[in-house]
Amino acid sequence: MSRLDGLYQQLILDHNKSPRNFGKLDPHSHYSHGVNPLCGDDYEVTLQVSPDGIIEKSAFVGSGCAISKSSGSLMTSAIEGKSVADVLALKDRFLNLLICDTVTEDDRAVLGKLAVLEGVKKFPARVKCAALVWRAIEDALSESAVQTISTE
Amino acid sequence: MRELFDKTQWIRDQFPVLKRKVHGHPLVYLDNGATTQKPQSVIDRVTRFLSEEYSTVHRGVYLMSQESTEFCETVRSTIARFVNARRPEEVIFTSGTTAAINLAATALGKSVVTPGGEIVITQMEHHANIVPWQQVALATGATLKIAPIMPDGSVDLEAFERTLTPKTQIVAFPHISNVLGTVNPVAQMTAMAKTVGAIVVVDGAQGIAHHPVDVQAMGCDFYCFSAHKMYGPTGVGVLVGRYDLMDQLPPVQFGGDMIETVTFEKSTFAKLPAKFEAGTPPITEIIGMGAAVEFIESIGWNYILGHDQAILNYALAGLETIPGIQLIGTAPGKSAIISFVMDGVHPHDVGTILDMEGVAVRVGHHCAQPLMGVYDVPATIRASFSVYNTESDADGLLSALQKVRHYFQ
Repeated sequence: MSRLDGLYQQLILDHNKSPRNFGKLDPHSHYSHGVNPLCGDDYEVTLQVSPDGIIEKSAFVGSGCAISKSSGSLMTSAIEGKSVADVLALKDRFLNLLICDTVTEDDRAVLGKLAVLEGVKKFPARVKCAALVWRAIEDALSESAVQTISTE
Repeated sequence: MRELFDKTQWIRDQFPVLKRKVHGHPLVYLDNGATTQKPQSVIDRVTRFLSEEYSTVHRGVYLMSQESTEFCETVRSTIARFVNARRPEEVIFTSGTTAAINLAATALGKSVVTPGGEIVITQMEHHANIVPWQQVALATGATLKIAPIMPDGSVDLEAFERTLTPKTQIVAFPHISNVLGTVNPVAQMTAMAKTVGAIVVVDGAQGIAHHPVDVQAMGCDFYCFSAHKMYGPTGVGVLVGRYDLMDQLPPVQFGGDMIETVTFEKSTFAKLPAKFEAGTPPITEIIGMGAAVEFIESIGWNYILGHDQAILNYALAGLETIPGIQLIGTAPGKSAIISFVMDGVHPHDVGTILDMEGVAVRVGHHCAQPLMGVYDVPATIRASFSVYNTESDADGLLSALQKVRHYFQ
């Protein structure tokens, strides 16, 4: 598989074309706005978190490249029904996937479909695209929620 | 056309970097709007200065320092001639276009701009010609007004004229738009601004390598540009300003070189150009910039202008054959800066796929976010051509764009 084929896999192209959970939850309990100032990628992430800390619903909306958009689609599909603690752990594992050479089969198994974005590792300029929505959700779930975050 | 491209090969041979491969493909360098590659003459001049002649300027009584000073002052005269300034003292060395605009804006903000005054810019500005004026408006209580452009990317001259009022103190606009390629009618716009007595600042970042510049014929008060977009080194640029005006303006940066006498109680300031050149200047880069001007003059404006239009038309004709491409900026007489978007594909994805084919373009908002808003696009792909680009470079772009459709139908 060429490096480009590894980046633009069918699953990514599919989520880019038909993003899941694309919109804004109203009402929502958590919110963040993620932007990449240098490239202009721009997404709002909204969450509905239950009182006992379970992500009941999540959504994202905005504009950006195929990598950032498919990452938002895959992320919101992956986190529903998970606890806040589990989502934050998943976030760490996902961000490691994008940059670390020490990713194990176990990591990939836990990440499931999210592991399809590992191809960005060979495109350092695109890591921030895949990370943007995850930085936004990290921000939305943090106690000192800042409303706009950036990955540059 | 044939003859033009034969000369291009002679020019290409002077740029060693153009021989390199990127991801296994010959480099197709089409990001000249961001920065240009360097010819051997500039590389050699900088190398010789650093290895045989290096010394500081304006300070030493020793021979080498006197030589360095002479080299730099000769470049000042060369640049004054290159842009037809009235005298060499009208050439102020800065770190680049952004620093030149900031210098002009800060000095004018401290002296000319008043509460209730108006500063006029256009919708096509680079951030470097927006943000400094926003800051001046904030600091002074002046208002920043935006003159609109037409759908093709040319300034709406009637609306521009209506934006000007007796309160207008500053008018700033680009010579050539870094996104649209529009070549603005600088002399005409300046004449309009002068009817209300405004000071005119021209952002020449894209203009300087693509069009002959005659600041006296343009009539502008300031013209700003960088060396690195005209085949010279990074870290140096020029503010060309009208002598009688700059002589009245207050200095902006303070320190060595810009003073006349200093006591602990007070200081008096040097005359132009030293007044605006505090600290040790980028000596090596200035000397490299001199070689860059000589390189441009060795090619000649007839060739540069002819090649610019020939490569533009060739690339545009090719882009027409690719479905789903929308051009952003189609003003008549535009320069060879081509911005476009592709249906259903984000510019960043295009940029990555083009890079894998060895094609270097800029994707993004090009430091012109408000202009992206005018065209309602988040970003564009920009192919910007230079004197060393050939038909084969344009073909490389076109075939790489076909590859994009392999992933994004």
